[in-house]
Amino acid sequence: MTTVSWSSEPGTSRGPGPFLSVRDLSVEFSTEDGIVHAVDNLSFDLEKGTTLGIVGESGSGKSVTNLAILGLHDPAHTKIGGEIWLEDQELISADRTTMEKLRGNRVAMIFQDPLTALSPFHTIGRQIGEVYRKHKGASKKEARDRAVEMLRRVGIPQPETRVDHYPHEFSGGMRQRAMIAMALVCDPDLLIADEPTTALDVTVQAQILDLLKELQQQFGTAIILITHDLGVVAGTADNVMVMYAGRAAERGTVREVLREPRHPYTWGLLSSMPRLNSSVDVPLMPVRGTPPSLLNPPSGCPFHPRCDYPKLAGPELCFNQRPSISPETGHGDACYLTLEQKRELRTAKTEDHA
Amino acid sequence: MTSYLVRRVAGALVILMIISAITFYLFYAVPRDPARAFCGKICQPETLALIRHNLGMDEPLFVQYWHWLAGIFTGREFVQFGECPAPCLGYSFATQEPVFGAIVDRFPVTLSLTLGASVVILAFGIMTGMIAAWKVGQPLDKIASASSVVGASLQIYFVGPLLAFYLVDTLQLIPRPSYVPITENPLDWFTHLLLPWVVLSIIFTANYTRMTRSQMVEQLAEDYVRTARAKGMSSRSVFFRFAWRGAMIPIVTIFGVDLATLLGGAIITEQTFSLHGIGELAVRAVQNTDLPMLLGVTIVGAAAIVLLNILVDVLYAFIDPRVRLS
Repeated sequence: MTTVSWSSEPGTSRGPGPFLSVRDLSVEFSTEDGIVHAVDNLSFDLEKGTTLGIVGESGSGKSVTNLAILGLHDPAHTKIGGEIWLEDQELISADRTTMEKLRGNRVAMIFQDPLTALSPFHTIGRQIGEVYRKHKGASKKEARDRAVEMLRRVGIPQPETRVDHYPHEFSGGMRQRAMIAMALVCDPDLLIADEPTTALDVTVQAQILDLLKELQQQFGTAIILITHDLGVVAGTADNVMVMYAGRAAERGTVREVLREPRHPYTWGLLSSMPRLNSSVDVPLMPVRGTPPSLLNPPSGCPFHPRCDYPKLAGPELCFNQRPSISPETGHGDACYLTLEQKRELRTAKTEDHA
Repeated sequence: MTSYLVRRVAGALVILMIISAITFYLFYAVPRDPARAFCGKICQPETLALIRHNLGMDEPLFVQYWHWLAGIFTGREFVQFGECPAPCLGYSFATQEPVFGAIVDRFPVTLSLTLGASVVILAFGIMTGMIAAWKVGQPLDKIASASSVVGASLQIYFVGPLLAFYLVDTLQLIPRPSYVPITENPLDWFTHLLLPWVVLSIIFTANYTRMTRSQMVEQLAEDYVRTARAKGMSSRSVFFRFAWRGAMIPIVTIFGVDLATLLGGAIITEQTFSLHGIGELAVRAVQNTDLPMLLGVTIVGAAAIVLLNILVDVLYAFIDPRVRLS
C-alpha cells in the first residue's frame, strides 16, 4: 500500500513532491448572513495511482474542497486561500484559460446525480465527444468514434446506438457510466468522484466502484473519492481523510482509520453505521447533536459540542484551542486526548456496544 | 409527428367550435337587437319582423348557429345580400360588406404588426436578458433590470402618442405610421410600421428581459452547467450552448401564452395609430352590435392563436429532446 506523507508545512519549495498537494486550503463564501468558513486550513497529498477517500457529513467541506481544486467556485462570492499544487502547477493562482485547459483534460470530475449533471439537451455522444474535441482538437468524426470507444470501455451495451441517445433515455447506472466515460475521455491524471454512487442502488453501486478501480489500474489515475459511506471507502480507497467542519479530523490508510480509529468523531461515524455481521438488536449509535454552523464555527475543537469527552484532555483545552493534526505523517488525528486515553475509551465503548 | 399534428388540429377545431358557440350565445345575452338598427328611427313591428326574418334571426338560436357554421364550409344564400360563397362568415350588419372579405383585406395589417412586434420582443427581450445575466450583479445588469421595470409599466396608449409626437411630428425621424403592403414596397412597409412595432413590444420586451435574465441565472446554477464547466468548456460556450437551451424552454412556453395578449395589444395599437387592421374591425363590430363581423373576427383571431400555439409546441420539441410529440 502506498504511504502518503502528510506534511503540514506550507508549500515552500516544489521539488519532486507528491502528484497533488493541497496546502492550507481555506474556502470562504460570503453570504447574506455572513461569511461561511467552508474549508479551514486543510492540507493533504495524493500520489498517482492511489485513491483518497474523503469522508464526512453533509457540509463538512468535502465537495467544496474538490470544487476548489477545479477552480469551479464563483469568484465573486468566494475567497480561496492556500495552495493547490498539481505537480508543478499551482491551481489557485492559475488564470482562467489555464484552468479551462486543465478541466476535463488532466483533472476530471464525476458528480453525484448523473441525471441532473448531464445536459438534457445534448446526446451522450456529443457530451463525451465535445470534451475530446476541446482538449485534443479532434474532428467531429474522431470525437464520435472516441465516444463510442469510451462507452464500450465503461460497459455500455451497443455503444454505437447508445451514443446518439439522450441522458433521459439511459437508466441511472448507465448515466453514471456515461458520466465516467465523459470524465475519462481525455485520460485524466486526477479524477475527482463526488459521491459517484449515492444516487444509485446498491448493486449498481458496486459495479461502478469496480469500474473505477479497474480503470485506475489500467491508467494509473489518481482518484479522490468523496463519500459519506464508509463502506465504499473500505472497499475502494487506499487512504482516508475524515473531514469535520471544514477541517481534517483524522487521516491515514484505510486499514488504520477503519480498524483503529482515533478521533471521537470517527468512532461516531463508525458506530452509526449498521454492520451486516452484528446482531440485529444492537442499537446504532448516532453522533449526537448536529453539525456546527460554519457561519459561526465553535471555538477550540469544532467537534467539542458533540464530543463525549471534552473535559478529559484538561478543563479548558478542547473549548479554547484548536487541535492540529498529529503526528504530521502517517495515521494522525486532530484531538487532544492521548493515544492511551483513546485506546481505553475505545475499548470501553466497544465492550458497551457488545 | 404527423399523427400528433392531426390530433392537435382536430383538437383545435373543437376548441374553435366551442369559442364560436360561446360568442354566438353571448351576443344574444346582450339586450340589444341588431334588427332594430336596420329598421330606422320610425320602426313598424311588421318591418322589424321582416328584417329579423331576412337576417335569419327568427329561427331558434342553435339553428342560426348551425347555419352560420355550415356556411363556413358550404357557403349560404341570404335573402337580403344574395349568394355568399364558402368560406362564408356572413355579411356585416353595419356595413353590409362580406365579413370574410373584410377580414382578408385587413389581415395583413394585423399579421405584419404582430409578427414584427414578436421579432422585436424576442430579439430585444432575450438579448437584454442575456446581457443582464452575463453581467449579473454588475452595473449593466442593474440598468437592464431597472429599465425593464420601467418598460413593463409603459402602456401603449400612453407611449404611442408620445413617441409619435416626438419622433414623427417634432423630429420627423420616421414617417407617420400606416400600412404599406410588403409586396408593394418592403422598405416603406418597414419604416411605416416601425413605431407601432416598438410601441406594441415595449411592455412585452421588458417582461422577456426579466424572464430571460432570471431563467439564465437559474440555469447557470444547474448541475449540468457545472458539469460543462468541469469539462473545461469556456464560459461563453457554457453560457450560449448549455444554459441558453434550458432558459429557452420556459420562454417559448410563455410566448405561446402571450400570443393572445399580443393580439389584444395589437388592437389597442391599431386604434392608437389608426391602422386599419382586424383590431379596428373588432372594436367597430362591438360598437355596432355587428354579430357576423364580431363572430368572424373572434374566430379568425382564435384560429390564429390556436395555430401558433401548435407551432410553439412543435418548436418546444426541437429545443427539448425530452419532449416527445406522440
